Amino acid sequence: MLELKELTLQIEGSREIVDHINLTLQDGKFTAITGPNGGGKSTLAKLIAGVDRPTSGQILFNGEDITGLSITERARKGIGFAFQQPVRFKGLTVRDLLELAAGEPASETQLMEYLCAVGLCAKDYLSREINASLSGGEMKRIEIATAIARKAAFTIFDEPEAGIDLWSFSSLIDVFSNFRQEWAGGLVVISHQERILNIADEIVVLSGGRISAQGSREELLPGLLGQSEDCRTCMNGEAHRVSYPGGKGRSFI
Amino acid sequence: MNERTRKLLKLISDGYENFTGAYSIRQNGSCAEMRSTEQVSITTKADHSGIDIHVRPGVQGEIVNIPACVTSSDITDLVYNDFYIGEGADVVIVAGCGVHSDGEGDAQHDGIHHFYVGKNARVVYREKHIGTGDGSGKRTINPQTFAEISEGGVMEIDSTQIKGVDSTNRVTKAWLAAGAKLRIKEKIMTHGKQTAETDFIVELDGEDAAVDLVSRSVAKGSSRQLFRSRIVGNTRCTGHSECDAIIMDQGVVSAIPELTANHLDAGLIHEAAIGKIAGEQLIKLMTLGLTEAEAEAKIIEGFLK
Repeated sequence: MLELKELTLQIEGSREIVDHINLTLQDGKFTAITGPNGGGKSTLAKLIAGVDRPTSGQILFNGEDITGLSITERARKGIGFAFQQPVRFKGLTVRDLLELAAGEPASETQLMEYLCAVGLCAKDYLSREINASLSGGEMKRIEIATAIARKAAFTIFDEPEAGIDLWSFSSLIDVFSNFRQEWAGGLVVISHQERILNIADEIVVLSGGRISAQGSREELLPGLLGQSEDCRTCMNGEAHRVSYPGGKGRSFI
Repeated sequence: MNERTRKLLKLISDGYENFTGAYSIRQNGSCAEMRSTEQVSITTKADHSGIDIHVRPGVQGEIVNIPACVTSSDITDLVYNDFYIGEGADVVIVAGCGVHSDGEGDAQHDGIHHFYVGKNARVVYREKHIGTGDGSGKRTINPQTFAEISEGGVMEIDSTQIKGVDSTNRVTKAWLAAGAKLRIKEKIMTHGKQTAETDFIVELDGEDAAVDLVSRSVAKGSSRQLFRSRIVGNTRCTGHSECDAIIMDQGVVSAIPELTANHLDAGLIHEAAIGKIAGEQLIKLMTLGLTEAEAEAKIIEGFLK
């Protein structure tokens, strides 16, 4: 269980990016964090992973205060983090990264399972370098496979759908649907996508660094979808209605 | 062959016990052991220090080992080795070099290698350089490699210098005939006050000749490296060179690429990137549970793999 208590990050001379967040994320639950761009979602993920440090507040992991721990110490305690923009490495291969994530040399069968889960063929990818020769979609899938190989007690995915093509997106939903069935630990996905929110147990809306809404999918999703159909933008002080074509998977925030 | 040479052989080649094909082991300026096979003859030069290696036309799959070791101080070893790769042959030549110094005197090996690659022949040339020992004497390796690659010939040069060599000045020059291919992969890591200079010159003389030159290096401590590549396209041909370097501490790397197209259909490309390890790479590996030092070591290990 991960508890955030009055968690705040204020950049000097600016407003709070994350503003006194109080949130409890339970094991065995799929929580989706959504909200407008600039609302503090990615910063919150980085605060949990230890990439950014809060100016005040506390992070408790299974009752232990981990606020002062480094990225490495948090990772070793069981915090997993899948980046929104996966990092490329000249020389390191997909196999290297998966084995580092697993924490030990993995069998061919295990490696195959990790890649299969994200729709990649082990034969084609294990020896590939994680460099510019991989597309954005391939990088995202490998990033998710890495999170699977980690088997962390608590994993946060930062916009797994960002940069993924339509075909991959469909597979991605399957991946997260399977997670929901099989993942024993805590699972948080930052997402703008209706189809991901649609499989979440709980939804948290983050806006202006604060939690503006929180509840079960059944409670929150209809309201959020309602907003999408009447999406308004403000131009020159006038409100304009923007109609989006219907269909699943549309972005609504 | 002394014990130090045996130890160095383990570092620079698969180890003496695993030499299956022809071989010649050079120790402190003279031949320690030598063996020819039916397909590959190795003979000592009559006029000056070194060996001639003749690979018969059509030979397939033989691995030839020609390691050179300098195992004590105050030795400067200069050797000339010539390789004649017969038409259509396909061989691997492993030419590691180990230099050990425990004393105050310098230990140096300068290997001058000429390759004559026959038509449609293919040769993989691996050289791994290493310096060992705690002495204050300077460990120096200055290899010079000259390759003339005939029509349709293919040569791959895989060169690695990972640690312990205080000074290296490496020159590689190649001339490619029609349809010939040259691939060079160079890996260098320097530390302390070491210096490394590499100079590649490739003349693409025949139509559809191609060169791909990739150098990856890491400069730690206050070491300095200079990478220079010159690719000259004299006809319809392709050339690509790439220099990637990671600098750490006060390490310095200079890259001086030069491309000359003397023909309208010569397609030549150079890429170079020098910089420290990206912070996001360290963070990514730390989120997998590695410490910063472990992450740094892993990134360098992968980079120089």
